[in-house]
Amino acid sequence: MADTGDIKKGFKMLIDGVPFAVVDHQFVKPGKGQAFIRTKLKSMIAGNVIDRTFKSGEKLEKANTEERTMQYLYDDGDNLLFMDTGNYEQVGVSKEVLEDVGLFLLEGVKVDIMFFNDRPIGVTPPTFVELTVTETEPGFKGDTSSNTTKPATTETGLVVNVPLFVNAGDKLKIDTRTSSYVERVKN
Amino acid sequence: MLRDGTASTRVATRTLASCRIGDLIEARGRWNGETIVDAEITLGHRPSATFPAPDGEWVRFQDHGVAHTLERRACAMRTVRAFFDQRAFLEVDTPLVVPSPGLDLHLDAFKLEGERRYLITSPEYQMKRLLAGGLPRIYQLARCFRRGEEGARHEPEFVMLEWYRAFADAEAAREDTEQLVSFLARELLSGQTQVHVGGGAVELAGRWERLTVREAFTRFAGRSMDELVDDEERFFRVLVEEIEPHLGRERALFLTRWPASMASLARLCPDDQSVADRFEAYVGGVEICNGFGELIDPVEQRARLVRDQRARREQGLADYPIDERFLGALEEGLPPCTGNALGFDRVLALLTEARSIADVIAIPRARL
Repeated sequence: MADTGDIKKGFKMLIDGVPFAVVDHQFVKPGKGQAFIRTKLKSMIAGNVIDRTFKSGEKLEKANTEERTMQYLYDDGDNLLFMDTGNYEQVGVSKEVLEDVGLFLLEGVKVDIMFFNDRPIGVTPPTFVELTVTETEPGFKGDTSSNTTKPATTETGLVVNVPLFVNAGDKLKIDTRTSSYVERVKN
Repeated sequence: MLRDGTASTRVATRTLASCRIGDLIEARGRWNGETIVDAEITLGHRPSATFPAPDGEWVRFQDHGVAHTLERRACAMRTVRAFFDQRAFLEVDTPLVVPSPGLDLHLDAFKLEGERRYLITSPEYQMKRLLAGGLPRIYQLARCFRRGEEGARHEPEFVMLEWYRAFADAEAAREDTEQLVSFLARELLSGQTQVHVGGGAVELAGRWERLTVREAFTRFAGRSMDELVDDEERFFRVLVEEIEPHLGRERALFLTRWPASMASLARLCPDDQSVADRFEAYVGGVEICNGFGELIDPVEQRARLVRDQRARREQGLADYPIDERFLGALEEGLPPCTGNALGFDRVLALLTEARSIADVIAIPRARL
């Protein structure tokens, strides 16, 4: 059994059966009174953030979560299939759980999958991925303005804003945290 | 660019190639008013190859501005002393290692290993002995120690500014507080008296608002203080969650007249024995001090300490002794008096708009 002394950013606990991760916490203690830990908790299932105040020393139920690094195999229509390269175990993750993460994934890429009671509840892609542009307006030679961008579609269907010099067939480095273009990669 | 902590200057040289960032060098050349030109450079000391270390001292003190904050901290300490010295208060320094750290149920003290001695949680017992000794106005910037208190507004080792006035009531201590904090603000903020906390501006100059705990419960929580007072956990939960965030939002505020059971060293209010003559001040929802119209009756004081000691034992908390010298001072005779204890680091963090009080402390607990 954990208690409030274990609370730190990223600590995962169960509240009414739902796993929550601590995103922010503050020790509060009125003058000469009971101490509390005020927290902001993010639901690992629905993603919503709630406020919860715990009495200092209160017992907490640790969420039975586990993160595993797995390799993306393919999309079977309903699910994306991933494989644990250690024991070859395969897991399907629904597109509901994946949200937009699928747009960053090429076959063979390694991701971190969060499991709650052995059920996948979230997929974290690598911070940077490299994707090839399949479609974009032709670039304008000689345009040096750095503020001007245009949309480009990549092989996974992800659309990012790119500088004008990017052409179809270029490979791009993408920051998956912001879904944004970082640089063009030499083929 | 050269920097030695007090100023920076530029050096122009033809022989720079072997210098790295962080090198301590001696430059001899001609000063043209802006730059040392035609400099001959001698390498003095070269720090490690990884300088500046990402989590190192140079980055914290120089790049993150803690060195500058420490200048403001020193200015605040000088200002506090000037304030009290001008008002004929005597600066005192009482022991940090004491036989009893106080019996408050919500304070946990550090015990010295192998000895029946503790680090103080506040200098209150010792300062009251000085009052009994005929020192009517005293103050001290005391290091205090409270186990387990760590967060954006707490450090287990911190500086408490504590002062006492004999022959005065709690209203006098509130007026001291108003004047001191606005005086500090003017000194640190170039004449300004507003601070920004939690997205709003709070005015520190002029008379602060006064609100009783009973009124605060009714106004902000729609609850009766008197109904919650027997359930301390609920009382404080309502206070922390529903009331404190509203306190001192535009103007600083004193929350006064606490339930009688929540002030073991304050007198009861003469006109209402259900509440104690205790106050706390709030700036932008943050509590900055705790003051009392002091209890001077030795019989009542002993009864309360015995009650607190028993409660600590019943709850399985560390068993602290009763400080007989403190009670002896009350028996000898304490003048009617008022006192206040203000968290110096916390006020400095508010005035400098620091994210955490660790940012206004030379070396906070997390970096020990």
